[in-house]
Amino acid sequence: MENILQLNDVSKSYGGKRALNQVSLQLGPGKIIGLLGSNGSGKSTIMKLAAGLIHPASGTIQVDGKPVGLETKKITSFMPDRPLTENWMRVEDALLFYQEFYADFDKTKAEDMLGFMKLNKRDRVRALSKGMNERLQLTLTLSRNAKLYLLDEPIGGVDPVARTKILDAIVNYYNEESSLIVSTHLVRDIERIFDEVVFIRDGDIVLHDEVENIRLKHGKGIDEMFKEVFGE
Amino acid sequence: MTIEFDNNLPIYLQIMNYIKKEIITGKLKAGDKIPAVRELASELQINPNTIQRTFQELEREQIVETKRGLGRYVTSEESKIMEIKKEMASDLLGRFIHGMQELGFANHDIVNIVSKAVEEKDNE
Repeated sequence: MENILQLNDVSKSYGGKRALNQVSLQLGPGKIIGLLGSNGSGKSTIMKLAAGLIHPASGTIQVDGKPVGLETKKITSFMPDRPLTENWMRVEDALLFYQEFYADFDKTKAEDMLGFMKLNKRDRVRALSKGMNERLQLTLTLSRNAKLYLLDEPIGGVDPVARTKILDAIVNYYNEESSLIVSTHLVRDIERIFDEVVFIRDGDIVLHDEVENIRLKHGKGIDEMFKEVFGE
Repeated sequence: MTIEFDNNLPIYLQIMNYIKKEIITGKLKAGDKIPAVRELASELQINPNTIQRTFQELEREQIVETKRGLGRYVTSEESKIMEIKKEMASDLLGRFIHGMQELGFANHDIVNIVSKAVEEKDNE
């Protein structure tokens, strides 16, 4: 089957500082993939490249076999680490905004998810707590019928209850034919929802394997492995 | 269903063992329907593909059978269930004997200790 995301020798720097070092990566369809690394390792850079928000200095990136561009943006649903909604909006406005913007937005799914997330349509986005705001962003992102979902730090900075709810929502609403990439440095809470993980450190990929393989081969979980690889 | 997972061991093996235990203890009976992949995945907060793999392995071991369009069911063959029971008992015994040997007990001592413990348990 065609890879849903493919990076070939991709490099990227910000103001002379290398963010990615000739990274090559192939991710298959129908999977939940963890992109794991500490802050500044290059996780967000990969997410933004895949979403077409930034461009590589060298190398190529393909989504579903096509070079990243207008066509691939139609099938890629990206949840940035900062909200896309405006402060004046109510939850219902945010839904409308997405509906008008994306042809693949599934209103029924969004309404269903709002209920699941215990979000009220009349609530103002400004008044939402950090955890509730993350829930809204996730609802908007997963309500698109995309082939590739990119969630950049969806559980960063939210309390354990909201975290559980967000993980529940991912498992419940994720569509099995698509792929979902989650970048995070919080591994322990989330490792059981992954098929595969990619460890990235200082712009290099240091490990890419199926999680059950890692457990079989090393007799340890992803969190343990993460500490071993990233421990100082 | 609640399982205390150990993240350091393959999750699909842990779910397999859990389902086998449910069958042996009679909580899941021969011919009972097994939850759908999606249902179990969200209940346990586990990747759906991991659940899928669990069921495939259970099918391979003929503990679970798929009826087309109806879902998955616990095998209706009682002999298969007895087999799992024996298998799990032998695992448990193996680990016990190994542990006792490591503590320095000779085989006949182990037998004596076990029969004594069983007797005491009966008298309780």
